[in-house]
Amino acid sequence: MLGFGIALEPLNLALVIFGCALGLFIGAMPGLGSVNGVAILLPMTFLVPPTGAIIFLAAIYYGAMYGGAISSIMLGIPGASTAVATTFDGRPLALAGKADQALITAAGASFIGGTVSVVLFTLFAPPLAEVALAFGSAEEFALMMLAFATFIGLGGDDIPKTLFSICIGLVLSAVGLDIISGEPRLIFGGLPGFFHGINFLVLAIGIYGIGEMLWTIESSSDGVKVSQASFGVGRIVLHLKGLKNTLKTTLMGSLLGYFVGILPAAGATPGSIMAYGMAKTMSKDPDSFGKGNIEGVAAPESANNAASTGSMLPMLTLGIPGSPTTAILLGGMVIWGLEPGPMLFVEHQDFVWALIASLYVANLAAMLINLAFIPAFIAILRTPFTILAPIIFVLCLVGGYAPTQSLHDIWLMLIFGVVGYLMRKLDYPLAPAVLAIVLGPLAETSMRQALIMSDGSLMIFFERPISGTIMGIAIVLFVLPAAKIYRSSIARKNN
Amino acid sequence: MRRAELVMALALGVLSAYLMVKSAELPIGWIPREGPGGGAFPFWLSAGMLVCCVLIVLRWVLRQSPVSRSAELYFNPAARGTVMIVIIALTLMIGSIHIIGIYFAIPLFLLYYVRVIGRHNWLLSLGVSISAPVISFFFFEIALHITLPKGYSEPLFYPLYDIFL
Repeated sequence: MLGFGIALEPLNLALVIFGCALGLFIGAMPGLGSVNGVAILLPMTFLVPPTGAIIFLAAIYYGAMYGGAISSIMLGIPGASTAVATTFDGRPLALAGKADQALITAAGASFIGGTVSVVLFTLFAPPLAEVALAFGSAEEFALMMLAFATFIGLGGDDIPKTLFSICIGLVLSAVGLDIISGEPRLIFGGLPGFFHGINFLVLAIGIYGIGEMLWTIESSSDGVKVSQASFGVGRIVLHLKGLKNTLKTTLMGSLLGYFVGILPAAGATPGSIMAYGMAKTMSKDPDSFGKGNIEGVAAPESANNAASTGSMLPMLTLGIPGSPTTAILLGGMVIWGLEPGPMLFVEHQDFVWALIASLYVANLAAMLINLAFIPAFIAILRTPFTILAPIIFVLCLVGGYAPTQSLHDIWLMLIFGVVGYLMRKLDYPLAPAVLAIVLGPLAETSMRQALIMSDGSLMIFFERPISGTIMGIAIVLFVLPAAKIYRSSIARKNN
Repeated sequence: MRRAELVMALALGVLSAYLMVKSAELPIGWIPREGPGGGAFPFWLSAGMLVCCVLIVLRWVLRQSPVSRSAELYFNPAARGTVMIVIIALTLMIGSIHIIGIYFAIPLFLLYYVRVIGRHNWLLSLGVSISAPVISFFFFEIALHITLPKGYSEPLFYPLYDIFL
């Protein structure tokens, strides 16, 4: 109740509604997603108190999950990677003249996914935080290893590229002054800009802002067609009633999305793709998937909303982000003096419950705004990309400059954007790098502290029961994909 | 695509080796009572990057990764020119911020993009180009008190500071 009291304060309520509307817009724009949206708008939150700031950013995250479906369905281009699976059936439905059904089902399924996950979040967060209070530096480091191992486990068969991405993110986080000795390290060319380190926002906006826009410019060069859709209260009610036909798929997507979202480093994109795959597998008519099956919209949309809430659980309770967006949120919380982790539940209870309550409010607000303004969002999507693109580039630049106020960082952002774009074309996953740069300082500190305690013995990570268990799971996640590749290459040779 | 995969892996391998050398400027071994040296963390991670690059090249030779088997072009020919022009325009814009400041660099970039690349009419191009820096000024300088770089154009803003700050 304390949380709802704070979340419903006029300023916070206004921030939730504004954040949801902005998030919907960001999610709907090709090239903009929750990661770069939250990263670019982070400086804007300096205007309001920390609780309002995180509520605002969380509302953007939520809104973006709803908004991603709009361009997936209407343009056939995912508004964000989290809405990729929505295009598989959403676009064929739109081309068949059923865009309204797809959009309304997406909104309804997102609402159910969001609601289920917030309830689960409320139940799981306090006990998990209580367990995490017993964590020391060895356990913290083991958790980081688990986060990185999850990427390897979920990252497909190109393990070297995923591992490279994690390592480079961690190395970039080490640029600047050594946290223990205070000596400068990795100061390239003696440039003074490197002394303050590389801000995580510079990498995030570079990769997800500039890099993503370059990618979108290339992939939309053939031109895109905005589908037609007709809306009215009657149709909205009709399609919302139709949600009961997809309820089983939606609930399954919600639960799957939530638990995938909880996994450190997994996030909404794998959650939605897995939910789509599961809906197809369990369907009586799997052949209709990809050709315009409404369950193919309900499953990923419920899952990506549920995963976005799920990914906040490890961030708040353990200090480990569950997705690239929560990595940015975590970085923001550190800037505002709110250290994520179990102590947050002890020292800043009011903040935690206000955030949880605001998620309930944001979920409802995002659905209502979405349904009310779908025609407006479609109209915005008709704005030529050659007007939106340069404006987004300018937003990236200014958003990247504001936190550190260094032109050096703007150059770095451009370099990261271009290199990230070139790497992405070759299937290098880049989300691990963003997570790694955020977690890097904590990973290094906890590793060095643990090693000092053990006088250099690595066994400290395996002897303690909690860190030993977490490390065991991490090692299994590291080894499993490699073993799978080895087995399949042996099978290929035998054939 | 296949050649690009190799070139990228080799370039990143060289970067990894450079990072190893650079990290080794600080101690990378064990220091009694202090733990691992300041360079150890980035050094061993850079070594990990180098190993990854070797593995990527190995998979390229064995044609194991999807990209190493792909016959597709690395750049979509229809969009290559536009992407290159955008990167050059962004570079010039950031470079010019040092001299003419962000409030003149942004409108020039927007004008070029909207008018030349987008081929929109002059009225729309000028509208977008002028409104963006005006909004940025009021949002960042007035509301957030974040000063954006102005280069040699700084004196032009003194009267505005007097009015709004």
